This record gives sequence, structure tokens and C-alpha cells, in this order.
Amino acid sequence: MHVKPPSLAALALGAVPFVAMCFSVALWDRIQPMILGVPFNLCWLILWIVLTPCFLWLAYRIEAAADRSREHGS
Amino acid sequence: MTAAATALAVMFAIVAIGTAVGFLAGSRQRMDLEQWTVGGRRFGTVLVFLLMAGEAYTTFSFLGVSGWAYSRGAPVLYVLAYITLAYVTSFFILPQLWELGRRHRLQTQPDFFNTRYRNRYLTAFVCVVGILAFIPYVQLQLVGVGIIVSVASFGHIGPAPAMAAAAALVVAFVFANGVRAVAWVSVVKDFLMIVAAVAIGVGIPLVHFGGIGAMFHALAHLHPQHLVMPGATTNLGHSWFISTVLLSALGSYMWPHLFGTAFTARSADTLRRNAVVMPLYTLTLALMFFAGFAAVLTVPHLRDGDLAVLIAAQQIFPPWFLGVIGGAGALTAMVPAAILILTAATLFAKNLCRPLLAPTLTDDGVARLARVMVVLLGAVSLALAIHGSSTIVSLLLTAYAVMAQCFPGVVLGLYWGRVSGRGVFVGMIVGVVTAASLMAAHRDPVFGLNAGFVGLCVNLAVTVCASLLFPAKELAAASAAHAGATPSAE
Repeated sequence: MHVKPPSLAALALGAVPFVAMCFSVALWDRIQPMILGVPFNLCWLILWIVLTPCFLWLAYRIEAAADRSREHGS
Repeated sequence: MTAAATALAVMFAIVAIGTAVGFLAGSRQRMDLEQWTVGGRRFGTVLVFLLMAGEAYTTFSFLGVSGWAYSRGAPVLYVLAYITLAYVTSFFILPQLWELGRRHRLQTQPDFFNTRYRNRYLTAFVCVVGILAFIPYVQLQLVGVGIIVSVASFGHIGPAPAMAAAAALVVAFVFANGVRAVAWVSVVKDFLMIVAAVAIGVGIPLVHFGGIGAMFHALAHLHPQHLVMPGATTNLGHSWFISTVLLSALGSYMWPHLFGTAFTARSADTLRRNAVVMPLYTLTLALMFFAGFAAVLTVPHLRDGDLAVLIAAQQIFPPWFLGVIGGAGALTAMVPAAILILTAATLFAKNLCRPLLAPTLTDDGVARLARVMVVLLGAVSLALAIHGSSTIVSLLLTAYAVMAQCFPGVVLGLYWGRVSGRGVFVGMIVGVVTAASLMAAHRDPVFGLNAGFVGLCVNLAVTVCASLLFPAKELAAASAAHAGATPSAE
């Protein structure tokens, strides 16, 4: 049942959205400043919905490279 | 034509097209068990995307999210956070599960528990928990269809006939074409749902206030407390937000139907790519937030928040477009109901019935039994939905909290060699009992924390301790069984 765990670098990239959208809620849960008329907390989450794929894409690059090097290695 | 007739005609056309797509989807394939449950493991990035989107966006996103925004305010933001983070979680779990699925021909979540832990009782327990959790989930989807169709038809079709028709259609296309049908009906549903969400989310603020920004300014002026946590509630503050987002983000993929998508993919890479792009789809959900917040001002003081957006839409859209919204809403409930019924039927036939009652059953026999179960489960859910009480939502929340208790068993099972079946079993029981009893006693949130999250923490602690205390026998047995059963796997 052995599978290769994700690399630490990929996990660190995955942790960033967790910090931004979850643990830091006390810092961004406010109405002002409104951005384009949208309250700050809603705006912050929408921003991170867009940023999360960027972080995951970097993690994807790392994991895909690890897969390739493993295939060449074995 | 009268307004109601126009709306009904459009709605029927949409549901008919969606269902026809479901019937045509797999008609050229021979439907054996592997094809029916996991689509032959050949879905590419696009089909997996559609399947996952189809499963993730349920009536809860259509009515529930806007309803929460309307009745509770800012705490609803947890939905945007948890769905995005659930995809992040899937990035680190699903590709590995896919790899195991390919090696050991896994089709369901209990298959994983069975192969990893070799513990019949644990597998049966996971299976029973899964099937029980599904029932309020399917029920809620059918109730959603009833609400949507009756509002969109201006009350001409009652909820009961609408639910019956939807249940019959779902059972029919799942029976015929399995998971492939579900993925293709999702195509129609997602397209319409985006159209409806944009129209509702942009349209309602635009007509009443001149724009989304103007709407929020008015709301911030009149009800500023509605827009920050705890909103209109007293106990859904920041600690509740963090614990609920964590529970839901980690627990989402523990639902057997979402877990199962891992096995439909063509490759691990497909699943990773999907996890990268899926969060963007959450943006459509933000539109339902706009609509729900706008309804606070335009249709205030409704007793049932779930109806807020539909009633607000009825005020501003022409009947034919109400038909589009109704059709999209009906499909949005039917697609997840279909995959839920399909998964529950497979769990019952393959993981509960065969190992315990009929060990000689062939795969074809399992497939036949599963199809019979599809019909049965459809009927049971329909009966419950028609006679159901208003407690379904609380049942579903309990089901979510209970389902998430599989997380330690899955993640430790993948990445920690020393975790034992007995440890996972004891941990899960403690977690399930903790979460369910707190919720049944109306102690959710408990000390500001989500009760399911409290259960998950206890579960994790017990699983780790019990695995360290009783590892040896299980570990030896598991590795021996593994070496014997699958010599070619490594």
C-alpha cells in the first residue's frame, strides 16, 4: 500500500491558501475598505479564489517534475 | 400563453434535454460494473472537471447559499473558503488514491478501507455510515427540486409531483448508464447554472439598486452588522468560521461519491490538473452571495430564507427566463441526487451485501443488484422527501460532520505506515459519537467551535494513540496479506 507522499515544497504552497482564507479571518473580516463597492471580507475571499490556482499550479509543477524524475530513475 | 405555461414549457424542455443527454451518454458502451461505477477509469481532464463540478454544486449552492446570505449574513462566507480549500486538499489526496485504485482495482471508498486495513468490521462501518449519510442528502436535493419547480411554475405544479418526476428521471438514467450519464448531464446543468447565476447575481442588484456596488453600499449603510461575522447570528464568530472551514475542507472528499471521482480519472495527473483549476469555478458561487444579500433589502422579513432569491427573481424576470432558472435549478438538484444514489447503491451491493451475505456473487451480479438498489433508494428518498420534516437541513449538517470522520483513516492510511485498522475503527467511532451527540443535543457550535471539528480532533488523537498502542499484529497481518494478495503490485 505504499504511495509517494507529496513533497514538502508542494505542501508549503498548499498551506498558503489555508492561512489566507481560514486562519487569518480575524484580520480581514471587515467591511471597509470596500473595493469596487464590494465589502473587504468578500473581496478578500474572491481574490484568493483566483490566487489559489496560481499556488496550486506551482505545486503541480513541482509534483509533475518529481513524477518524471521518478520514472526516469526506476 | 399565460406566464405560468411559458415558464413550465421552458422548464420541461430543459429537463427533457438534460435527461436525453444522460440516456445517450453511454449507450454505446457495455455496462459492466467497472464501466457503470468508474466509467472504465478513462475520464480525461474535461469529464472529471464536469463530474466534480456537477457533484460540488448542488441545490445547496443554488438555494442554501443565497438563503444563508439572506438569513445569517457574513457567516455564509465560510462556503467560499471551504470549497476552495477542499480542492487544495484534494490535490494532496486524490492522485495518491488514484494510484492505489489502479493497482488494486478500487471502485469505492470502502474498497480503500478494506484493502488498506483488512478489517471487515471497519469496512462495513464506513459503508453503513456512508449510506446513512446519503439519505438526507438525496432527500434534500429532491425537496430542492420541489421548491424550485413550484415557485418557477407560479404554484401550478405542487412540490410532490415535481419531486416524483425528478426522482423517476434520475433513477432511469442512472439505471441505464451509470456514472457516464451523470458526467454528461452535468454539461447541460453547469452551462445553465452559470447563465442563471450571472442573471440572478448581477440582475437583482442591477434592477433594484443600479449595480452590485450600490447594493452593498445601501446594505452597509442600513445593516452593517449583517456583513461581518457573526452577522445575524449570535454564535457564528471567527472560531466557528475557522473550525467549520477546516472540517468542511478536509471532510468534503470523504463523501464516498467525491472520493469515488478519483477512480474515474484516466491518470493521477488529470486529478492534479483538475484541483488546480476547480477553485475558479467557485467564482460562480459568489454571484449567489450577491443575490442573497440583495434580497435582504428587496424582499425583507421572509420566514423561509431558502425562498428569498427565487422570490426576488420572480419579481424582475420574464416568465420564460423563470423557466430557465427553474430548469437549471431542477437539474442542479438531479445531477447530485443521481451520483449519490449511484454511489449508495454500489456501496450497498459491493461492500455490504457481497462480503457479508453473498460472497459468491460475481461482478455482474453486483452490478445487477446495484441497479435494483438504485430503484429502491430512489423510492425511499422520494417517500422521505414527500413526508419529510423541516429537520432535513440539520440531519444533513450532522451527516457532513459524521462523514468527515473518515479523514484520519484515509490520510493516515495513505501516508503513515504505523496506523492500524483497530486504531482507525476506535477513533472513528469516538469521532462519530462525539459529533453526532453534540449536534443532537443542540450543542453546535460548542464553545465557539464546530461540533464536527471537535469530533475530528478527538478522532485523530484516539486514532494515533490507539495505533501506537496496538500496532504489531495488525501491521504484520496486513503486510503478509498484502504480499500474498498482490505480488505484482509494487
